[in-house]
Amino acid sequence: MQTSPNESERLILAAPATEMAHEHEATAHAHEEHPDLRLFGFTLFLVSEAMLFVGLFVAYLAFRAVATEWPPAGTPELEVILPAINTVILVASSFVLHQSEAAVKKGDIPGMRAWFIATIAMGAVFLAGQVYEYTQLEFTLQTGLFGGTFFVLTGFHGLHVLVGVLLMSGVVVRSFKKEHYTPQKHFGVEAANLYWHFVDGVWIVLFLLLYIVK
Amino acid sequence: MQITDNQFIQEPPQDWRTYFTFCTDHKVIGIQYMVTSFVLYLVGGFLAMLIRAELLTPDSDVFPEPGVYNGVFTIHATIMIFLWLIPMLAGFANYLIPLMIGARDMAFPRINAVAFWMIPPAAVLLMSSFFFGPAQAGWTSYPPLSMDPATLIGQSLWLSSVILLGTSSILGAINFVTTIWEMRVPSMGIWQMPLFVWAMFATSIIILVATPVLTGALLLLSFDLLMGTVFFNPTGGGDPVLYQHMFWFYSHPAVYIMILPGMGLVSEILPVYARKPIFGYRAIAISSMSIAVLGFIVWAHHMFTSGTPEWMRMFFMITSMIIAVPTGIKVFSWVATVWGGKLRLTPAMLFAMGFVSMFVVGGLSGVMLASVPIDIHVTDTYFVVAHLHYVLFGGSVFAVYAGVYHWFPKMTGRFLNEWWGKVHFYSTFIGFNLCFLPMHKLGLLGMPRRVAAYDASFLDLNVLVSTGGFLLGVSTLPFLGNVIYSWLKGPRATGNPWEGLTLEWTTPSPPPVENFERLPVLTVGPYDYGHAGRDPSEIVRH
Repeated sequence: MQTSPNESERLILAAPATEMAHEHEATAHAHEEHPDLRLFGFTLFLVSEAMLFVGLFVAYLAFRAVATEWPPAGTPELEVILPAINTVILVASSFVLHQSEAAVKKGDIPGMRAWFIATIAMGAVFLAGQVYEYTQLEFTLQTGLFGGTFFVLTGFHGLHVLVGVLLMSGVVVRSFKKEHYTPQKHFGVEAANLYWHFVDGVWIVLFLLLYIVK
Repeated sequence: MQITDNQFIQEPPQDWRTYFTFCTDHKVIGIQYMVTSFVLYLVGGFLAMLIRAELLTPDSDVFPEPGVYNGVFTIHATIMIFLWLIPMLAGFANYLIPLMIGARDMAFPRINAVAFWMIPPAAVLLMSSFFFGPAQAGWTSYPPLSMDPATLIGQSLWLSSVILLGTSSILGAINFVTTIWEMRVPSMGIWQMPLFVWAMFATSIIILVATPVLTGALLLLSFDLLMGTVFFNPTGGGDPVLYQHMFWFYSHPAVYIMILPGMGLVSEILPVYARKPIFGYRAIAISSMSIAVLGFIVWAHHMFTSGTPEWMRMFFMITSMIIAVPTGIKVFSWVATVWGGKLRLTPAMLFAMGFVSMFVVGGLSGVMLASVPIDIHVTDTYFVVAHLHYVLFGGSVFAVYAGVYHWFPKMTGRFLNEWWGKVHFYSTFIGFNLCFLPMHKLGLLGMPRRVAAYDASFLDLNVLVSTGGFLLGVSTLPFLGNVIYSWLKGPRATGNPWEGLTLEWTTPSPPPVENFERLPVLTVGPYDYGHAGRDPSEIVRH
C-alpha cells in the first residue's frame, strides 16, 4: 500500500462506494452482533498464562544453573514411574477431548458430552495421582530450593488442571440446555479444548524439566 | 445510501449515577479509571509532600521514626506507578479507543468493568498497610530487604495489591488488543489508525507478555515471605538477584507501559493545534512497536551494580542505548510536526510541548544512565530520581494533563477554563523543574536516594527542591478547581470544538451510549490538517 494516512482518502474513493455502504447498513441493523471475538481474547489470555509459566520455568532453570549440585546432595531420588503414567493419561486426554470438537461440529451433543466426561475422568485420575505422589514424597515445600520449586511448579500446574476439570464440568452442565451449543456456535467447547491442550503442553515441559533432564 | 428504516434510536449519555455502578459502557469505565486514579494521584502527591518536608532539613525529624519515611516513599512510588499512571492511561484508552476506531464499545465490556473494579480494592489494600506498618522496601521490594519480619503484614498487603493490579492490567490489555485488531470500522486499515491506537496496541502487547512474569516473581516472593521457602534467600541456597531479573523483566517494559500511551496522546494533540499533518506517521507507529520489542531486552541496565557479569552489562548497555533511536524518531517527528505550524497555544498544546521538551531531558539522562561507568557512579543517588521523574512526570503526567485539556469537552460536553489552564501549566512547569532539575546535581554530588537524613552540605539544593515540590503540589489546585467547576458549570462544547479529524470528534459531546448513530466511513486520514477541501465537517459522508 502506498497511501499515507494523510492521503488516505484516495484509498477510500478507490473502494466501491456502494459495497461499503451495504456493509455499514448490515452493521447498523445488528449493531450488537459484532463477530464473536471470545476465542481471540481467550487465546490472548493463554499467551499471558504461558508467560507466567515461562517465568517460573526460567526461574527454575536459573536456580539449577546457579546451584553447585542438582539435585542438591541428600535429596531423595524422584520416582518416575507414577508421573510417567500420569503424563500418558494427560496427553491421551488431550486427544480424547479433541474428539468433542468434531462431535459438536456434527451436531452430536450427547457424543460431545461423552468425550468431555471421559476427559474429566482422566483429569481427575491425573489429579489423584498427583495427590498420591505428594503423600509419598520425603521432602516438603520448605526443603530448600528443590522442594520449593518442585511443589510450586507442580502445584501451580495442578491448580490449572483443577480449573480445567471445572471448566469442562461447566460445559457438560451447559450442554443439557437446549440449543446452547450448535455446530456453528460453541465457544465453550472450543475454549475448554484450547485450555486443556495448553495445560497438557505445560505439563510436558514440566515433566521433562523436573523428572527427565538431569 | 439512506439508512432510515430500522435505524436504532440512540440512548443519551449515561446518567451520573451509573459512574458509581458496575457499568459496561466504555466511556463510563474510562472516566471511572481516570477519576479514581486522579484521587489516588492526590494521595501519592500528598505523600511526596511529606517526603519533601522531611528532606527540608538534613536530620530525620518529621516522622516519629525513619521506618515511617521508608513506608511513605514506598507507598508513594507504588501509588504513582500502579494506581495513577497505569490506570490513568488505561482510562484514556478505554474512553478513546472505541471512539477512535469507530466501534460501539470494547470487545469484552464486562471484562472491562471487572478490570476496573479490581482497582479500588487493590488501592484499599495498599493504603490499609499504613495501619499495620507499611512495606518499607521501596516499590522494587528487593529481597532480602522485603523479607524483614517487622514489615511482614505491610509487605504482604503490598504483594496482594500489586498482584491484583497486574491481573487487572492483563484483563485490560486482552480487551485493548482484541478491540484494536478486530473492531475497527471496515474502512480503517492499520495505516489509518490514529497514533494513540498504535501506541495502546504496543502497550497492551507489553502488558500481556511482561506482567505475568512480575506476577510469577511476586508469587515466589510471597511463598518466601509466608510459607518459609528459600527461593530468594541465599542462606537456603536461593538467589536474590534472580528476583531482580524477574522484577525488571516486567518493570522496565512497564516504563514503556507508562510512556507509550503518553506519546500517543501527544501525537494526537500536536497536529490538531499546529494545523499540520503529523510528520512521519508510519515512523511514529513503527517506533512504538519497536520500542515494545526492544523494551524486553534492556532490563538488566537496572542491575549494573548487582554483580552482573561484564559481558551482560555490555550487552544491556548497548541495547538500552539503541532504544534511544526509535524514541528520537518520535521526538524529531513531533518537532517537525510543530515546525512552521499555525500554533494555538491552548493549555493542551502547552502541556504537549512541555511533554516533548521535558521528555527529551529525561531521555538524555536515560542515555547517560545506560552507560555502565556513569551508572555505577550514580546508582541509587538522586540522579536516578531526577531521571525517572523527568520521564514519568515531565513525560507521562504532562501528557495526561494535555490529554485531559484536549478531551475534556468531548468527555463532559463542557469547556475547561483556558486562563486557569495556563496558570496550571506554568506553575506545574516551573515547580517541576525547580523540584527535579537540582536533583541531577545532588545525585552527581553523591546524595543517596531513599534515606531520610543527609549530609548538611546538601542542604541548600534540598531546600530548592522542596520549594519546587511544594509549588508542584499547589499547582494541582487550579487544575482541580477548574475541572470540578467546569464539569458542573463550564460553557457548553460542541461536538468538535478543536476541529480534530479523528473519529471521536464526529460524535456529539459527550457521546451517546454506543457512540455512533451510524458507523462512520473514513474519508480523510486522522491527520489531514491544512489541506484545502478537507474540512472536519466532511469527515463523515453519509
